[in-house]
Amino acid sequence: MEVQFNDVSMTYDGSSRTVLNDMSFTIEDHSLVSILGPSGCGKSTTLMLISGLLFPSGGKITFNDRDVTRLDAVSRKVGMVFQNYALYPHLSVIDNIAFPLKMAKVSKKERMETAREFADLVQISDHLNKKPNQLSGGQQQRVAIARALAKKPSILLMDEPLSNLDAKLRTVMREEIRRIQQQTGVTTVFVTHDQAEALSISDKVMVLDQGVIQQSSTPMDLYENPQNLFVAKFLGSPSINTFSLDQIADALPERLVAQLKKKDVETIGIRPESLTQTEPGAGLFTGEVTHIEIVGKERTVKVKTADGTEVIIADIPVVFDVGDQVSFGSKPASLFYFDSEGIRMVISDAE
Amino acid sequence: MKYLTGKTATYILLAIGAVTMIIPFYWMIATSLKTAGQAVAMPPAWIPDPFQFGNYLEAFEVTPFGQYLFNSVIVTGLSTFGEAITAILAAFAFARLNFYGKDVIFAVLLATMMVPGELFIIPNFVTLANLEWINTYMALIVPWLASVFSVFIVKQQFQSVSDDYYYAAKVDGCSDFMFLWRILVPMSMSAIITMVVLKAVGSWNAFLWPLLVTNDTSMRTLPVGLQAFTTEAGTRFELLMAASTFVIIPMVIFYLIFQKYIIRGITNTGTKG
Repeated sequence: MEVQFNDVSMTYDGSSRTVLNDMSFTIEDHSLVSILGPSGCGKSTTLMLISGLLFPSGGKITFNDRDVTRLDAVSRKVGMVFQNYALYPHLSVIDNIAFPLKMAKVSKKERMETAREFADLVQISDHLNKKPNQLSGGQQQRVAIARALAKKPSILLMDEPLSNLDAKLRTVMREEIRRIQQQTGVTTVFVTHDQAEALSISDKVMVLDQGVIQQSSTPMDLYENPQNLFVAKFLGSPSINTFSLDQIADALPERLVAQLKKKDVETIGIRPESLTQTEPGAGLFTGEVTHIEIVGKERTVKVKTADGTEVIIADIPVVFDVGDQVSFGSKPASLFYFDSEGIRMVISDAE
Repeated sequence: MKYLTGKTATYILLAIGAVTMIIPFYWMIATSLKTAGQAVAMPPAWIPDPFQFGNYLEAFEVTPFGQYLFNSVIVTGLSTFGEAITAILAAFAFARLNFYGKDVIFAVLLATMMVPGELFIIPNFVTLANLEWINTYMALIVPWLASVFSVFIVKQQFQSVSDDYYYAAKVDGCSDFMFLWRILVPMSMSAIITMVVLKAVGSWNAFLWPLLVTNDTSMRTLPVGLQAFTTEAGTRFELLMAASTFVIIPMVIFYLIFQKYIIRGITNTGTKG
């Protein structure tokens, strides 16, 4: 099901704050799209608007070109997985999965068959007669997904589905979600605040901040070509280092600095893994090493420059100690330039 | 040693408590098996001699006990059922629906709990008399079909259920009404059964109101019927106790059955975290 938002706005009753502002996007059929953003950015509201549990204050929502703006969740035929799973505690696993079918007045024989089929898909068939409180968190999650899929939904919506699981299970379940999505081909929208989750399983990631879509693209593109400072800072771990142009202008070629000034560039971003050690005094900056962290193959170094800026460098050979003065530089192509509004400026060196 | 002393003290206290609770029941059952003379003998006889099981038969013979029992079952059954329905519906409205003046209305209802129940007796009696309901089941049942306390218990429970269940039920195709009966009520069984048990015991034991609004044996309930053993000529204690034993048995059984539901209800939960 292709989902389209046209200038959708949302203001909650009795509140003056606009949660979503003229939002437009398209979710392609059979794709898995993540909505990623910090808490309070409007991502859960967006999901509720897709579901039909909430109605927008303005704009139009279509499913395959059919206007569903005023239709409720049942007419839209959405399936939803909640953060706390919301399994009905008094019903067994199979009855939970079959519940939406019962409400749709499907015959008992047929709904039990369908429920079994989906229990197989999510690999929970061994626990059909247990009650939800006898299941582990991961198993509850599987039941919740089966329940959402049992009615053959037009679209599957997931609201922070992994946040109640422990770290190891989270990795397992996010691969499971990807497998189930690809096996069923159901269009899926996945809301999360965790970039690793969003980047690892999605076809497309929509980065949201303060009710506005910052950028919507493939995971790789978001990381390599952030369109603004927010996206650049939000994605990547450890997050991107930023300098003001004045701080490192001396270390850049004059011609480039002139170009940057002409384009009103104010901030320069460098990813921690793009920095490499240079001859003393030759790089973009020199600073004192304040912290070295080696966890397995991950190396993180913190450096404090003379003017007090803290810079993080990752994935480099560590040939110095805490307290040493070390210089770092980067290939010009790895620098990101942002203007005073935080918009990414592309400067071609050929100019 | 210190540990042992503490433990001994605890057990002694518990034993005193248990005996205090049990003696009245024991005394009731023992007296119900005594002869008329033994029942009032001084010093008191702890063990009936001989056992007079015939007291139970006699108690049934001298009063229309079957009729009382029938009336009690009807009145307790209908008023408990009715109150459960009104409490569930009202609690749903107060807990989950939005309407104008909701908080004020609920506050006013709660405030009525501050007024002593005795104050309502005369107005209620007059109202029922005007309706010509005195000496009917209507008088015994209708005034007890709603209770603010029950609404309060159930409302608190409904409010503790996460909104996600409501959304999940909506997405699964439930109307508000179906959500209430298929999801919310089963999930809140512990609170509802607590409410029902309290109500049923209260209704079964009610004395003053049934005494006031009935004046015919055919409408009397068990507790009122017990009066029959107290006459101008004195009280037949052994028969009164036999009848009393009979009156409390259903409540004991009722409680034993629902005890397990209360515990099960509390341990039921379907969300994580």
